Amino acid sequence: MSVTRRTLSHLDALEAEAIHIMREVAAERERPVLLFSGGKDSIVMLRLAEKAFRPAKFPFPVMHVDTGHNFPEVIEFRDRRVAELNERLVVASVQESIDKGRVVEQTGPRASRNQLQTTTLLDAIEEHGFDAAMGGARRDEERARAKERIFSFRDDFGQWNPRAQRPELWNLYNARIRKGEHIRVFPISNWTELDVWQYIAHENLELPKIYFAHEREVFRRDGMIYAASDFVERFPDEELFRATVRFRTVGDMSCTGGVMSDAATLEEVVTEIAATRVTERGETRADDRVSEAAMEDRKRVGYF
Amino acid sequence: MTSPDLLNSELLRLVTAGSVDDGKSTLIGRLLYDTKQILVDQLEHIEDASRRRGHDYVDLALLTDGLRAEREQGITIDVAYRSFVTPRRRFQLADAPGHVQYTRNMVTGASTADVAVILVDARQGVIEQTRRHSYIVSMLELPHVVYTVNKMDLVDYAEERFDEIARDLAELGAQLGLHDATMIPISALKGDNVVDRTDAMPWYAGPTLLEHLESVELAGDRNVDDRRFPVQWVIRPMADEHHDYRGYAGQVAGGEWRVGDEVVVLPSGARSRVSAIDGAEGGEAIPEQSVTILLEDDVDVSRGDLLADPENAPVVARELTARVCWMSERPVEDRARVLLKHTTRTVTARLDEIVSVVDISTLEDRPSPGRMELNDLGVVRFRLAEPLCVDPYARNRATGAFIVIDEATNETIGAGMVVDAS
Ligand SMILES: Nc1nc2c(ncn2[C@@H]2O[C@H](COP(=O)(O)OP(=O)(O)O)[C@@H](O)[C@H]2O)c(=O)[nH]1
Repeated sequence: MSVTRRTLSHLDALEAEAIHIMREVAAERERPVLLFSGGKDSIVMLRLAEKAFRPAKFPFPVMHVDTGHNFPEVIEFRDRRVAELNERLVVASVQESIDKGRVVEQTGPRASRNQLQTTTLLDAIEEHGFDAAMGGARRDEERARAKERIFSFRDDFGQWNPRAQRPELWNLYNARIRKGEHIRVFPISNWTELDVWQYIAHENLELPKIYFAHEREVFRRDGMIYAASDFVERFPDEELFRATVRFRTVGDMSCTGGVMSDAATLEEVVTEIAATRVTERGETRADDRVSEAAMEDRKRVGYF
Repeated sequence: MTSPDLLNSELLRLVTAGSVDDGKSTLIGRLLYDTKQILVDQLEHIEDASRRRGHDYVDLALLTDGLRAEREQGITIDVAYRSFVTPRRRFQLADAPGHVQYTRNMVTGASTADVAVILVDARQGVIEQTRRHSYIVSMLELPHVVYTVNKMDLVDYAEERFDEIARDLAELGAQLGLHDATMIPISALKGDNVVDRTDAMPWYAGPTLLEHLESVELAGDRNVDDRRFPVQWVIRPMADEHHDYRGYAGQVAGGEWRVGDEVVVLPSGARSRVSAIDGAEGGEAIPEQSVTILLEDDVDVSRGDLLADPENAPVVARELTARVCWMSERPVEDRARVLLKHTTRTVTARLDEIVSVVDISTLEDRPSPGRMELNDLGVVRFRLAEPLCVDPYARNRATGAFIVIDEATNETIGAGMVVDAS
């Protein structure tokens, strides 16, 4: 066989895989939806969807599960981005679930709407009859995810059963389901946090400003830094101070910690992430910034 | 700088295999640790756990401990995927730790892998498991295999012992027709020849495992001779500005595609020529790229069709002979009705005959078994209700592979590799 010297770069290979997955979902499921949080992973997902389906419109709507306690910068970004793309946005509101009595709001300084999102999401999936929900979760985020499939099956109750996963071979995905069941699909399963940042830099994607170092009012809790906001009650000893921080994720304000950082540009963030991932054999263990970042990885709980 | 160069670094997919206690967890932990992928909190966690277990060293096997804990709880684990990166390459590792379901899991992990890393215990040498793993690697047509002869510290780092095992492995490789087999003496526990070189084996002049993985030549592995493009999705904007746009989206399954290339649409046989390729730099698409192909003529093309080189087209098959790995708890018998998903096309098929099943300990075929059970590897003849456009798997992994689906339960129950078609 003749030999070509050209191969795909790792980002091209990951991109090609993700596009392939999105197109399979569109082709094999009747009512897919793309979940969008306004965060960096879902921003990458939007770009991948553009690459998969342009110049046509996406063959699915974009859905945000809005806790009502999101960073205002993120909501502004969401609305603008979806409008620029001229796509359809569905907002599933946790506030509405609370008002309807579907879930009960927690109270006190540790109250978070994070867990409430699951009910809102499942209700929305049922209401709209979605049979496939694509999300930007990655296998490097947590150990359990490392063995979750790219096409992950949920029964009639939205539950994942790790015992009954289908084997996934080659690029041949089995997207068949029965009535009432749906699948979660993770097209960027195999990407790492660093890949996501490199891709954002490579594609020159715009991100909400909170991803970059900026000064704001914050307070410390459990060794983490949180943004001051009307949504979060503070304990009496939790004092506000100003600091230069950036956020690595953009979840609910009540549970999204920031890191002290001066990385104000994409390039600086990529460099910082690369350094965070690859700590010097534990010798920099005392480095606050690094361990904070690592901790945030663990704390990250999504409705996915 | 630890972040790999954007344009020049390639993605290498590997699968690891070894029998229990060969040191696979330790080796993976060592790879991650010595390439500095371990987050501070992960390291603290395993340092604590090692101390609690009374070790005076950090037990790197604990890094993959999540899976082990589950194994002890009796939860089915199959394939876990991990990523790591060096300045030279981005790696993705599929690890199949289960042993009961071993064959099924390794077939799954190997299906997407470029390289298999097979562990051999230096004290035991080539054992039945080694043959089984090597057989799967050859069946899945992995372009490269590395045998890491582990625990060299327990055989006094003896050159003679390594040479003896390497000879047996070379013989096995020749018997199975492995493409590119390399043997490396290591100690995962001590870190010899995994990432860093060692003084313990001055007689070994070859690369460390990581050096080898960083330099394996991938460019020749994809089929660039036979143009194949399974149509996945038809893009029709139906908006005024793109009124006439009709693009065929998919992932290149073979060959290099350029504007002007002659095209035959299969199975219909219609002919046209490539007028544009969207999503490919320089208008040229290579294997594995996801692109959109536009044709000069208004021919009828839909999902499940295959675009190919008219001078070198695949077989439009109604009958297939294929190697099959059975993946379901429920056995299958001659005459069963199933679905086959091949590229972007799913068809109904009948298992006309299970021709043979291999005896994994002797690697010999048992003819006409009448049925296949979970983890069996066999040869099966299928009859198809509608045609599939296939190549032999040995020639093209993308157009030679299919999965078997149970019509009633929707489960994926088997994996197939085309040997012959008509
Ligand atoms: N002496 C020695 N022991 C090793 C080596 N690699 C692994 N081991 C030990 O072998 C045992 C099994 O290793 P583990 O990585 O858990 O094996 P796995 O079952 O293949 O994942 C453990 O006690 C390891 O410490 C090695 O290179 N030398």
